[in-house]
Amino acid sequence: MLESKFKRHNIFRPLIFLLLFFLPAICIQANTGSTEADGEKPIVLKDIIFSHVTDAYDWHLFSTSDHHYSIPLPIIVKSADRGWFIFSSSKVSHGDTYQGFRLATDDPYKGKLVEISTANATEYHRPLDLSFTKTAAEIALTSIALVLLLLSMAKSYKKDSLKSRRGFVGTIEMLIIYIYDDVIKPCVGPDYKKFAPYLLTAFFFIFFNNLLGLVPFFPGGANVTGNISVTFVLAFCTFSITNLMGTKEYYKEIFWPDVPLWLKVPIPVMPFIEVLGAFTKAFALMIRLFANMLAGHMILLVLTSLIFVFYAIGGPLVASGVSLVSILFSIFMLVIDVLVSFIQAYVFTMLSSIFIGMARVHHSH
Amino acid sequence: MELFSPEIGLILWMAIPFLIVFFILAKFAWPVIIKGVEDRGKFIDQGIQSAKDANEKLAQVKIEAEQLLADTRKQQLVLLDQASLMRDNLIKTAQEQAILASAKIMEENKEALERERKAALASIRHEVAELSLQIAEQVLRKNLENKSVQLQLINQMLDESKTN
Repeated sequence: MLESKFKRHNIFRPLIFLLLFFLPAICIQANTGSTEADGEKPIVLKDIIFSHVTDAYDWHLFSTSDHHYSIPLPIIVKSADRGWFIFSSSKVSHGDTYQGFRLATDDPYKGKLVEISTANATEYHRPLDLSFTKTAAEIALTSIALVLLLLSMAKSYKKDSLKSRRGFVGTIEMLIIYIYDDVIKPCVGPDYKKFAPYLLTAFFFIFFNNLLGLVPFFPGGANVTGNISVTFVLAFCTFSITNLMGTKEYYKEIFWPDVPLWLKVPIPVMPFIEVLGAFTKAFALMIRLFANMLAGHMILLVLTSLIFVFYAIGGPLVASGVSLVSILFSIFMLVIDVLVSFIQAYVFTMLSSIFIGMARVHHSH
Repeated sequence: MELFSPEIGLILWMAIPFLIVFFILAKFAWPVIIKGVEDRGKFIDQGIQSAKDANEKLAQVKIEAEQLLADTRKQQLVLLDQASLMRDNLIKTAQEQAILASAKIMEENKEALERERKAALASIRHEVAELSLQIAEQVLRKNLENKSVQLQLINQMLDESKTN
């Protein structure tokens, strides 16, 4: 019995698998061996991590030792005195200057496109930058995917709604029903039907972008929901809906809350707090999604970078040991991040539903 | 601090696709999908309900059938009882009638016998009278001239013997 088990479980397969864990360390050795002679700069961990979690003008695919391969994306800028410019990001990719524009190498605009002043070549400033960046491209891709998926689903529902859905479509349907029945219905209250389309769209938009952000290569890898501009738009939408669709009671509770008179008459303490609260809710929505997704990406990047750091400190042997640990942790974190992707989309939808539900309050007592 | 400062460009590139996606989905996808899902839910609920109803009806029908069978058995027994009672009555009446009929026949036979006996007796008497008359005539022809006086005498004597 035992013998046969040993035979079936080939000992070489796990060994080879284990060797994969040491591959990063081996690769660094091979790489540094060739680059040390060129006097390359030491690894700056902060730069590596930040360049991965922030937006970019091109979509980096992969790099060989002497070349970066990336998809160029259009840069759209409006110079204050020279008007609009549209050009490919490849024009400025390697520190080149193109028509007075280049990527800044130092703070405060590090990595951003700046316009060099015509009067003084060392001075530069930010033009109005509407570039179609990596994050924008990722948003466009997920938007198209989302629309195609859900429209095709709607089409099949129109044809035969009684058929049971299986597989991928069944999973999506399960998510729709879950969010619709267990989040939107109880949180929004009696007129949930009016707000369901926005909340469902927000959920799937965030969820898809979260998941795609975990894929480390094209067409994933852009840190969409960990970008504050994106979460700003999402939070702004919830804020607008909440406050534009608020009932009379909602506004009464903000400007004339049910508290002792001295709290609101000479100095409007409570109204001030309530108004602040309306903005804080949206702000919390923006920050929590952004911070959670950013943190997930950063942890993965730090765990991967640990190998390089320990190589620099202790050499290849230490790096091999660390790579084993860090890859195990990375796998663990990736699995956690899949869960987090769902939870964050869920929480955003739930909080939005609750805020909308609070604004749709009707006096029952 | 680049991380924490929203970019106007990206805000636009986020807001426009997101709103377009929202409007397309809100118009063409979500209502249809949700309606479809709810329709199916209703259909399944109705199916389950009607299956339940059918089961209940079936159980009811089974009970009714059993009830019917039991009733029929009872009725059968009653009918059988009645039938045997009827049969007994029939036999009884038949017997009675037969007895009555036989009694009547016997009576009739008796009467006929009596009548015949009387007739026979009368004819015998007549015969005897005739015979005696003939005899007496024979006797008296030699003795008496007046036949009628002689006959009267004989009848008188016969009557006397009859009453005796």
